[in-house]
Amino acid sequence: MSKVLIVAEHFDGHLNAATARCVSAALALKAQSIDVLVLSDAPDAVAAQAAKLDGVSRVLTIANAANAAPIAQVLAPQIAKAANGYSHVFAPSTTFGKDLLPCVAALLGVAQISDVMAVEGSHVFQRPIYAGNAIITVQAPAAQTVVATIRTASWPAVAAAGNAPVEAITVEATLPTHTRYQGLQAGSSDRPDLQSAAKVISGGRGVGSAENFGIIYKLADKIGAAVGASRAAVDAGYVPNELQVGQTGKIIAPELYVAIGISGAIQHLTGIKDAGTIVAINKDAEAPIFEIADIGLVGDLFKIVPELEQAL
Amino acid sequence: MKILVGYKRVVDYNVRIQVKPDGSGVITDGVKLSANPFDDIALEEALRLREKGVASEVVVVAIGPADLTAHIRNGLAMGANRAIHVVSDQPIEPLAAARVLHKLAEKEKPGLFLLGKQAIDDDANQTGQMLATLWGRPQATFAGKVDIADNVATVTREVDAGLETLEVDLPAVITADLRLNEPRFIKLPDIMKAKSKPIETIAIADLGVDTTAQLRISRHAPPPTRSRGVMVKDVAELVSTLKAKGLL
Ligand SMILES: Cc1cc2nc3c(=O)[nH]c(=O)nc-3n(C[C@H](O)[C@H](O)[C@H](O)COP(=O)(O)OP(=O)(O)OC[C@H]3O[C@@H](n4cnc5c(N)ncnc54)[C@H](O)[C@@H]3O)c2cc1C
Ligand SMILES: Nc1ncnc2c1ncn2[C@@H]1O[C@H](COP(=O)(O)O)[C@@H](O)[C@H]1O
Repeated sequence: MSKVLIVAEHFDGHLNAATARCVSAALALKAQSIDVLVLSDAPDAVAAQAAKLDGVSRVLTIANAANAAPIAQVLAPQIAKAANGYSHVFAPSTTFGKDLLPCVAALLGVAQISDVMAVEGSHVFQRPIYAGNAIITVQAPAAQTVVATIRTASWPAVAAAGNAPVEAITVEATLPTHTRYQGLQAGSSDRPDLQSAAKVISGGRGVGSAENFGIIYKLADKIGAAVGASRAAVDAGYVPNELQVGQTGKIIAPELYVAIGISGAIQHLTGIKDAGTIVAINKDAEAPIFEIADIGLVGDLFKIVPELEQAL
Repeated sequence: MKILVGYKRVVDYNVRIQVKPDGSGVITDGVKLSANPFDDIALEEALRLREKGVASEVVVVAIGPADLTAHIRNGLAMGANRAIHVVSDQPIEPLAAARVLHKLAEKEKPGLFLLGKQAIDDDANQTGQMLATLWGRPQATFAGKVDIADNVATVTREVDAGLETLEVDLPAVITADLRLNEPRFIKLPDIMKAKSKPIETIAIADLGVDTTAQLRISRHAPPPTRSRGVMVKDVAELVSTLKAKGLL
């Protein structure tokens, strides 16, 4: 029977929604127990949030001043120790989990399975390769711990109506001092979070400038959507990097995705394949985005977007 | 300071990969191969550090089959001083690649090991982190900006929440993200010059590391496809279609 340890992602005392998606993947294993591990300088608030997640058996906390910032080489030795006795160690496929979990895998001497999108058995998983153009079924050896990151867009978040016990644990691990956290420059925004929003409005190179992006934000605010962008729009400096959607940006699965002035390169489409409904607005009727869009509208975005905003 | 750069050959990013009808793999016959785009960025960064006088030597490292020579010559033509080719007929998992690169790190003692953040074939995003762990050195992944002074690298990382800054002691492993730089184009005279640059070849078995595959891939399948939907003629029709679907 599987015993799963999920590494919680959190920031500023808030549990990241990605953790609740990892619990769904663990439930798909029909696990005997699902524990969530919170590493922090002050884990209590985050532990209380994790304890509410449906399906969680226990929340374990490791409090240490060195855990104040998510430094992979500091967290990994503690997780590798805490993983003793578990059959699976999961973390979300966010930049946090991608940075951290391979270190745990290397310490345990096991190959990691990245971006788990489906569970076929306790040791058999599906994951995408080649920017999602092929899906492979991989089997991990039964005799060793499975270390895997969970592709958040493939899994719903579990509800938060539970009440799991919280236990503080200690581990013996030598922690390096070679890495110093200098801070985070977060895009301050009170808009919905791109990775968990039900609606996302994205702009591409076609939007033309940072000022022009104003019409995208305005439309998004009107319907309570998060704002995303193509790589070209980020590279051109129209919007900050954390808005990038795609193979190397965020992989998202909103109910509604609106692509405005985005051509539909495969690297972008990888990030939106799981969206419920895709709407494309583009002046080029031949743009590849229309091949996968559920609803397409050909025309000039500078005319259409303000008109749409007015109509809502 | 010496910089080692991971330089993997992959299917070119413009190729739309097709799965073989029998599910045994993807079609790679006759498909264009290129350097992993993130590795080109890693190499460019190493070359710029050498041009700034921070580094004195740039060595590209590629693990792969014997026919990798043309790919390695590209890295040399871009400007690397020399290359190490670890010959492996079988594709290897990121942990095995990290073990190989760790061996080379012990042998070459670089001040910096630059890699791509992910290889666009396996999309694993693991090797750099695993290398740093095995080597017992700091890592700064998804780098968008690198500054080096006094044996310390200050790295701005592209994370989900924005831009994070880490300060790491050298030697360290840094993995390149897309916006770190724009790689230079190779010029004809550089291709000529590259012909005389040294390539050391090492058989993977001679490194004495365990590179056996742990994961068994049983099936390749094409992704679920999305099909073309409806075209609407104007904003009014768009709004009514979205309303009918309950999305507005
Ligand atoms: C390794 C690698 C990783 C990558 N990762 C990503 C990724 O994660 N995410 C990503 O997005 N890209 C990624 N890319 C880049 C990708 O290949 C494309 O270059 C990029 O997605 C193009 O962005 P775009 O559609 O905004 O720009 P373009 O392709 O230039 O398209 C602009 C579109 O706007 C339309 N347009 C212009 N003006 C108007 C107007 N007035 N009204 C309406 N429409 C208009 C045009 O018809 C065109 O279709 C990656 C590339 C590589 C090599
Ligand atoms: N066979 C290889 N040869 C050289 N470098 C590699 C190889 N495999 C992985 N790497 C390096 O590790 C990075 C991440 O690869 P991956 O973990 O497979 O996504 C790549 O961008 C390369 O820099």
